[in-house]
Amino acid sequence: MTRDQKDSDLDRLQRGLLAATPPAPDGARDRAMAAALAAFDALPQADAQGSGAQMRSSQDRPVSGAGFLTGVRTMLSNLAFRPVLAATTSAAALGVGLFVLLPMIGTNPGPVMPPGLTVGETTPEGFQSENPQSDGPQIRAGTNPAPPVTPPTAETLMAPESAPPGRDIETVLPPSAADADMLAAPQMEAAPPPPAPAPPAPAARSRVQGDASPKAVMPGVAVVGSVTPAPTDLPARLVPEDRDSFANAAANPVRVTVEDPVSTFSVDVDTASYAVIRRSLMAGALPPADAVRIEEMVNYFPYDYPAPAEGEAPFHASVAVMETPWNADTRLVRIGLQGRLPAIADRPPLNLVLLVDTSGSMQGPDRLPLLKQSLRLLLPQLRPEDQVAMVAYAGSAGEVLPPTRAEERETILAALDRLEAGGSTAGAQGLDLAYRTARRMTGAGEVSRVLLATDGDFNVGASGPDALRDQIARERDSGIYLSVLGFGRGNLDDATMQALAQNGNGQAAYIDTLQEARKVLVDQLSGALFSIADDVKIQVEWNPAEVAEYRLIGYETRMLAREDFNNDRVDAGEIGAGHSVTALYEVTAPDSPALRLPPLRYQVAEPVAETSDELGFLRLRYKAPGETQSALIEAPILPGSGEPDPEARFAAAIAGFGQLLTGATYLGDWGWTQAIALALEGRGADEFGYRAEAISLMRLAQGLSAR
Amino acid sequence: MLMETADDTLALAAARGDRDAFAGLLARHYDRLYRLCWRLTGDRAEAEDLAQDICLALPAKLRHWRAEARFTTWLYRVAVNAAHDRRRRTGAASRAAIGWGDWEVNRQADLSEASAAQDWLRAAMAMLPEELRDTLALTVEEDMTQAEAAAVLGLSEGTIAWRMSEVKKRLRAIARQEAMP
Repeated sequence: MTRDQKDSDLDRLQRGLLAATPPAPDGARDRAMAAALAAFDALPQADAQGSGAQMRSSQDRPVSGAGFLTGVRTMLSNLAFRPVLAATTSAAALGVGLFVLLPMIGTNPGPVMPPGLTVGETTPEGFQSENPQSDGPQIRAGTNPAPPVTPPTAETLMAPESAPPGRDIETVLPPSAADADMLAAPQMEAAPPPPAPAPPAPAARSRVQGDASPKAVMPGVAVVGSVTPAPTDLPARLVPEDRDSFANAAANPVRVTVEDPVSTFSVDVDTASYAVIRRSLMAGALPPADAVRIEEMVNYFPYDYPAPAEGEAPFHASVAVMETPWNADTRLVRIGLQGRLPAIADRPPLNLVLLVDTSGSMQGPDRLPLLKQSLRLLLPQLRPEDQVAMVAYAGSAGEVLPPTRAEERETILAALDRLEAGGSTAGAQGLDLAYRTARRMTGAGEVSRVLLATDGDFNVGASGPDALRDQIARERDSGIYLSVLGFGRGNLDDATMQALAQNGNGQAAYIDTLQEARKVLVDQLSGALFSIADDVKIQVEWNPAEVAEYRLIGYETRMLAREDFNNDRVDAGEIGAGHSVTALYEVTAPDSPALRLPPLRYQVAEPVAETSDELGFLRLRYKAPGETQSALIEAPILPGSGEPDPEARFAAAIAGFGQLLTGATYLGDWGWTQAIALALEGRGADEFGYRAEAISLMRLAQGLSAR
Repeated sequence: MLMETADDTLALAAARGDRDAFAGLLARHYDRLYRLCWRLTGDRAEAEDLAQDICLALPAKLRHWRAEARFTTWLYRVAVNAAHDRRRRTGAASRAAIGWGDWEVNRQADLSEASAAQDWLRAAMAMLPEELRDTLALTVEEDMTQAEAAAVLGLSEGTIAWRMSEVKKRLRAIARQEAMP
């Protein structure tokens, strides 16, 4: 034997082995992933047992439907080894068939596979040992009372007399599954009429029907059209649910200045959305569009805006106008507010009540353990005279740490260490207790805040979310604020977090890494805990002579009615010490080719007198903490207001990032490449590396959306 | 520039408890893992069960992930070890000795020409001792180099090369047998 031949034998074996390797059966990955994620979630306790405990036989599959699927799968795989199938069937077709078959089996108790179908290699043990408790006993061979069908082999089933000779097995059945109907006819006088056009993939479906359960076809075929939701239903249960819910509203539309010259909204210093997006992208998936709140992305980054001078209002507004990066015919107006950063030494004593969710869902390492680490980071930031109390809530709420001076670090750390996850979530009760504790601690001139740390599995109790919101609002008015730290993903209730923090004059931040904890609880702690201006509202009146159309980018969940601006009873966002807030408008001049809304036929617009070259007029209202009367700041928006600084560029790039993640309605050809280039231009000093990280996230998103 | 989060980054995040990273990692690698499992067992149902066992064990095993090897190298090592464990545990040592997969069942069933190639494949695989079979199972995918296979099995590259020549020898023996009446 020559050397060549030896090699060709090996080659033949290798190629044969590769060619024979089947693709993973449909649903196998979902089943494995569901099981693995369950193991993943269960890990913290299972850790001590080591990996051996995790290795269990797959007989005890976690989901009830799985056994049934396994049966079908076993059957299919056995059938697939038949030479004739191996020659003509693609495994993909089998996979499709599996899905379409499901509703029929599911909806048809009774019909049984004819015994003739246990042809040769289809060993009955195959099914029986595999899934003793199958919910689909009807597909188990050998249990039926021999129906009067005659198909002893798959071939006769699939090629009934009427089929033109020589047609390939794959294509015998027309889409309407007419011959399956015919098969059923002998037994089913009242067989329903053939259905309207059945779903595509006729070959696949007919194969499975023919092979596996010809009799199941009887009402089944008629049903195929109407029950199609079912197949998605079943595998869907096998996939781990993503129970995150997000608060969002439809993107702000373009408005016509003459119709609607005033735009009013509340500031938003939350950053949770950005962290959720980061987490999703790092895990290799584009975030759901609902998770994207553009203003939170923009406001995640510190901007280098001029700080207010001594004796001025607690924050300073800097306006910049630049050409819109994604549209040369419009302009971008950036309104940047910079809060004063009071000298740390001047801050009033702080009473901090940590309200910690210790429900079972907080078990993951990215939840309670990360929370403990984060709070450890926080402690050194406190001053000796500050007070800390801790309330834990799970099945019931309890005070874990009575009000303790921050200098007693050992006591606080020990209480922190005692926290353990377990039980359900009695959120409302915990909140009650936290507020009671905070009231007890509050002395004159002190700042009190409840810091709620949760994965969002917040059980609002019998009173319902509205009552909870009212409660938080009442406490806010009595001077106790609420901030929310979100942890973990999977059942993060972003909407509840938002609602709680917005009503509590607080900030909602999402902590996914220790680094993020450092940003929120150390770098920007004073901003998170000390408000310098409450109920900050922004109102812009646009000048129709200069701006025909405008669009506020983001802030959808923060819009206010025009009359709310001057109503001091209407709540709005707060600005913390040193916080910066950025809002971007895209504005279109009256003669610009970029106008989106054509003039109306009957509403003849008054020609607008050229009064000035102001684009618009900016009004800000805020209350000093503890005050009930608001103060007003006014400033015109001038076309030359400030040169487009790198800060504005970067904010625009992030706004573009957010819009690209949510459909990019207004961006034209402007895409990821341009957004990344713009962000690079505006990166600036980037002391903490936040901007560099954003640019890598944009690259990740670019890769993901290219698929 | 298109970017994809690297396996190693995801694995590190998963090891730290990032559920999404873990899910992403599994989704990315399951199909290939399944194919390897099939080649290690020669049986679809066995392969799915084995793949699922491996997935189930991954969360715990990832805790010890130190990024010392490429993630796939590590994953396939886990897979090969799990296949050994499974063979031992199911008491199928005897079965494994005679058979690779369910070829016995099938051989009775189909004597047609179309299956001849598969039959030869099964016979050949069944004839090979376990370690040669595992080596083959590992190396046939296109982007798997001998060096990587060696890393997975914890052997030297030379041993892999030797094993492949051993496979050739055995195949020659089969050919001789076939030639005999």
